[in-house]
Amino acid sequence: MSEQTPMVQFKDVTKIYKGKTPAVSHANITIKKGEFCCFIGTSGSGKTTLMRMINRMNSITSGEVFINGKNVNNLNPVDLRRKVGYVIQNNGLMPHMTIKENIVLVPKLLKWSQEKLDQKAKELIKLAELPESYLDRYPAELSGGQQQRIGVVRALAADQDLILMDEPFGALDPITRENLQDLVQRLQQKMGKTIVFVTHDMDEALKLATHIVIMNDGEVVQDDIPENILQNPANEFVENLIGEDRLAEAKHDTVQVKEIMLTTPVKINLGASLKEALSLMKQRNVDTLLVTDDDDHMKGYIRINRLEHRYHRASSVSDILESDIYTVKPTAYLRDTVDRILKRGSSYVPVVDDNNKLVGIVTRSALVTLVYNTIWGDTDPMSSAELSKHQKDQVTKGADDDHD
Amino acid sequence: MTSFLAQHGSELIEKTWEQIYISAISLGLGILFAVPLGIILSRFPKTANVVMNIASMLQTIPALALLALMIPLFGIGQIPAIVALFIYSLMPILRNTYLGMKGVDPNIIDSAKGIGMTNWQSIIKVEVPLAMPVIMAGIRLSAIYVIAWSTLASYIGAGGLGDFIFNGLNLFQPDLIFGGTIPVIILAIVTDYLLGKVEQKLTPASQKLN
Ligand SMILES: Nc1ncnc2c1ncn2[C@@H]1O[C@H](COP(=O)(O)OP(=O)(O)OP(=O)(O)O)[C@@H](O)[C@H]1O
Ligand SMILES: [Mg+2]
Repeated sequence: MSEQTPMVQFKDVTKIYKGKTPAVSHANITIKKGEFCCFIGTSGSGKTTLMRMINRMNSITSGEVFINGKNVNNLNPVDLRRKVGYVIQNNGLMPHMTIKENIVLVPKLLKWSQEKLDQKAKELIKLAELPESYLDRYPAELSGGQQQRIGVVRALAADQDLILMDEPFGALDPITRENLQDLVQRLQQKMGKTIVFVTHDMDEALKLATHIVIMNDGEVVQDDIPENILQNPANEFVENLIGEDRLAEAKHDTVQVKEIMLTTPVKINLGASLKEALSLMKQRNVDTLLVTDDDDHMKGYIRINRLEHRYHRASSVSDILESDIYTVKPTAYLRDTVDRILKRGSSYVPVVDDNNKLVGIVTRSALVTLVYNTIWGDTDPMSSAELSKHQKDQVTKGADDDHD
Repeated sequence: MTSFLAQHGSELIEKTWEQIYISAISLGLGILFAVPLGIILSRFPKTANVVMNIASMLQTIPALALLALMIPLFGIGQIPAIVALFIYSLMPILRNTYLGMKGVDPNIIDSAKGIGMTNWQSIIKVEVPLAMPVIMAGIRLSAIYVIAWSTLASYIGAGGLGDFIFNGLNLFQPDLIFGGTIPVIILAIVTDYLLGKVEQKLTPASQKLN
């Protein structure tokens, strides 16, 4: 499977429109089958140009583009376009044709039988989640969002495996847009389509993409999975594109347990007497104690109410030890554990290393502070100065970018 | 009125027929020539400018002068008249066809290409239907011009209702002038009405929604 031919491959592709600087220069991109690949970048960065070289809507100045291992320049452009779904911003529906005629346009060009056409139209209108009666309407009789639904399913009419979408939801209101994003995502996941999707909305890209290509001035700036782009933006441009909020959020996502744990847990030796335990509790003002052996291995915990019950019958800590304790590793990511910690309802979680040695403790209050900061966008505890400087840079830089 | 009809009835029918015949042939040729030319020109905007300018120039030649110019080339009779009227009919049709084609939303044309239509399919299935209302407006305009000007064709011996009008002028007989003019007006109105019907038929249903 790993040696599968990629769905789309750009090899050193450059596009120069007559008398202009390159709109795309030396792009090398591999899009695997089943990927949801977003091209994202500022206006004029070459996203559309790049995408339209896939179905030969734009000629290629130099370099090569392959679909399924075949050089597109060796394919007949008309046949090629019938095999690749294409959705443009303003839906591109034919205003003089009914919805049905629009949906089956490509199958009709491919000379399918009338029976198959009828069947396909019904199947796709269902996929678009619209009533069958809409098949006889004209595009102008549908809302913008409904039209775009048709625009999307139309691209699937001839069972295309590859679908190109150029800012398909740019003109829609946020709720309709979200609905359509869900629709597209379902199509991609359920039907295994490969989708190349141009957008300049980072939220959209992060929601949908399994692969993100960031463009600036015709250059591919970064080409990676969304997680890596969030964690390691290639440069300032990418950071600006991601935006301060998401960057801060991503930072929190990578916080490890060891970064926020307290390294001085209140603990007691397994062999200590209950008297000692009680006085330690009193002294540190806690109602439970973590119990370790002589080598600091985590053994369990004791609680004040059990201690109280058994005070006269038991003599050492080991007699009232409770060992069913939930622990975390210092290298665990907080984002993976925070939910579990909060849900368990205990006020702390011990942190043990690979040898089961107690190394620290994460308290509920530390988590609360962290969650609070993530939600309210406050700076996080360990790099607040650095982060806020960063954010200021982005605000001024972002304003400049708007002008080009 | 009745005496006029009694006296000139059969002649009136004959002349009206001539008028219809000359106009229809000129207009028909004009459509056959100008619509395809306008469509082709929409693919070649630079050439289009040159051709449009030439056509506009032809349009500015006074109708009588153009008819007179035909005599040395084609002699007198119906043929020179048809040629002259054909030239007149070109401009409105050509310009409207060109503008109609140019007026089709480029996004739609791009979409047609993007889903895999050939150039020809895009023209026939998408652009011409969408440009049809504008093209038809040009044809209707031409039709009125041609019907009106074909009365002048009588000047170079092509017959038609112009014969009544010019006779009336020469002989100072107002009933002959009216007898020629009124049928021309009726002819123009009926033609426009019929072409309107044709336009309705050819205009895509969606266009009528608005
Ligand atoms: N048909 C064309 N002829 C000449 N130049 C073009 C053409 N299409 C695009 N360009 C230029 O190529 C560059 C990249 O354009 P492109 O449309 O690919 O950008 P984009 O990233 O899609 O931008 P947007 O987000 O605004 O759609 C721009 O500088 C643009 O002006
Ligand atoms: Mg674009």
